[in-house]
Amino acid sequence: MIKITNLNYVYSAGGPFEKAALVDINLNIEKGRFVGIIGHTGSGKSTLVQVICGLLKPTSGQVLIDGKNIYEDKNKKELRYKVGLVFQYPEHQLFEETVYKDIAFGPKNMNLDEEEIKRRVLYAAKVVGLKERHLEKSPFDLSGGQKRRAAIAGVIAMKPEILLLDEPTAGLDPKGRDEILREIKELHKKENLTVILISHSMEDIAKLADTVIVMNKGKVHMMGSPKEIFAKANELRQIGLNAPSISELCQKLRDDGMPLPPNIITVQDAAEEILKLLGKL
Amino acid sequence: MIETKNLEFSYNHGKENEFRVLKGLNFSVKKGSFTVILGHNGSGKSTLAKHFNAILLPCGGSCFVEGLDTKDPSLLWEIRKRVGMVFQNPDNQIVATVVEEDVAFGPENLGVKSEEIRKRVDNALKAVGMYEYRKSAPHHLSGGQKQRVAIAGIIAMEPEYIVLDEPTAMLDPVGRKEVIKTITNLNKTMGITIVLITHYMDEAVGADRVVVMDGGEIIMDGTPREVFRQVKALKDTGLDVPQVTELCYILRQNGVDIRDDVLTVDECREEIIKIYNKHSAKGQKYD
Ligand SMILES: Nc1ncnc2c1ncn2[C@@H]1O[C@H](COP(=O)(O)OP(=O)(O)OP(=O)(O)O)[C@@H](O)[C@H]1O
Ligand SMILES: Nc1ncnc2c1ncn2[C@@H]1O[C@H](COP(=O)(O)OP(=O)(O)OP(=O)(O)O)[C@@H](O)[C@H]1O
Ligand SMILES: [Mg+2]
Ligand SMILES: [Mg+2]
Repeated sequence: MIKITNLNYVYSAGGPFEKAALVDINLNIEKGRFVGIIGHTGSGKSTLVQVICGLLKPTSGQVLIDGKNIYEDKNKKELRYKVGLVFQYPEHQLFEETVYKDIAFGPKNMNLDEEEIKRRVLYAAKVVGLKERHLEKSPFDLSGGQKRRAAIAGVIAMKPEILLLDEPTAGLDPKGRDEILREIKELHKKENLTVILISHSMEDIAKLADTVIVMNKGKVHMMGSPKEIFAKANELRQIGLNAPSISELCQKLRDDGMPLPPNIITVQDAAEEILKLLGKL
Repeated sequence: MIETKNLEFSYNHGKENEFRVLKGLNFSVKKGSFTVILGHNGSGKSTLAKHFNAILLPCGGSCFVEGLDTKDPSLLWEIRKRVGMVFQNPDNQIVATVVEEDVAFGPENLGVKSEEIRKRVDNALKAVGMYEYRKSAPHHLSGGQKQRVAIAGIIAMEPEYIVLDEPTAMLDPVGRKEVIKTITNLNKTMGITIVLITHYMDEAVGADRVVVMDGGEIIMDGTPREVFRQVKALKDTGLDVPQVTELCYILRQNGVDIRDDVLTVDECREEIIKIYNKHSAKGQKYD
């Protein structure tokens, strides 16, 4: 479980570019949750996950993971592989000669034996949909979306308990996006993996998350189930977001007098409800 | 017009690890049009787009910009002046340490006079909603903010063509809409030709033309309506359709007689309500 209390983070504190990126954040995220974080650009999402994974030290406040303060030295080693972060623009982190070596980098640092490393690389490559022929390529010879997959695989290969994904699917084609997210959802279910997913795709968040955190100007603006959150389309629009277009449609149909249930947020649900009303189900 | 003739391109051309991407592609973009290129990862979109301003040069065949052959090194400047590029990744495009200097960089290089530069920079920053940040340091901006600055930098060069390679991948929904509105506006009011590469199907809805690439080739080409009604073919090539188009597709598959070329929420609303009202009226008759 992740417990965040009175967390503040200020960039370049005291300097001319001082920026309070996180303001009084209080959050509890239980183990095994699939949390979506949405928020306008610059709202503090990336900063928040970097604090959670121990890369940025809070200016004030506390982050506990399973009751342990991640910024105390004695806990660092234990927590190091527990939390895995896929950075925004993770392709910047690719630097090895081959894609295989890049994915193997994390597991190698964990001192696993060659066999296990290989198993994990192949497993992670499969999760993200990279083919064996890609593994021997230089990461620089991949297309944008392929690089992204390689970078995600590098973190999955470390098998973290908490997986933080900072816009992992930006730049992926729709099929790749669905495939990777489906695999991550599977991992989440099978391994009771805690997932925190930052995304600008309201559609993906609506489909996957059980809890949504809405950030606005460094603060947690609201938190709730996807249905609760996306019912507030107007409020979302005011802070740079929106609801999936399917929810917008269903709301308008309700306005027109069609007795659809409120809070429909996926195409599947919408189709089912409309078919019922048309006597086709 | 931008035109490719039998365009061939391989990475590592002539080496043992040669990788062929474009195999004799014939493609053209009409002046003043708004074209969207779709295609799965690795289908060759960026490779093609990089030929439009001579970042990549053909291994075979040619690419012409307003008749200027991109292979001719003496024309490079003329070509780059006409065709501006916005890339997938803003970090590689931002050069200066202050936002407004970054936006001024392009026009300065073109030798534009300084009052004119001032005007262009301000307008470009306003167009992307980053005017307030003109004195900020780009590397202190969030991903989405940087992307908008990169777009402003190109707008300030006032090119005839702007090629945007997934410019909105990192933006929030409102930012994305603003950028698409900005691009559409540049196209409609200033007549700038737009080529937009995207993985967001919704962004293709307002284009004049949608082109789908697969394996370095063009496999579909038409208006958004013509292309997006082919739901199955699109899914087979790894793409998707707007949510409302998908909804209508599922409804059709379940025996609802609804149009197959619905693209927007309002169109969809109208269609469904029409069918629903007809259905309820029928129901009452037999009650
Ligand atoms: N290194 C830095 N120094 C100073 N300010 C920064 C730095 N990194 C980010 N910021 C600022 O902190 C705020 C939060 O940034 P953050 O990257 O967390 O936003 P975000 O929600 O992830 O945005 P996006 O959706 O664009 O990725 C922004 O206003 C940003 O400009
Ligand atoms: N520098 C390079 N060297 C070798 N091969 C490359 C290089 N860049 C791209 N490729 C390969 O060429 C093919 C086309 O890549 P391209 O970048 O044009 O795809 P794309 O359609 O833009 O994909 P994406 O949606 O992921 O951006 C891919 O298979 C890719 O692996
Ligand atoms: Mg971010
Ligand atoms: Mg590309």
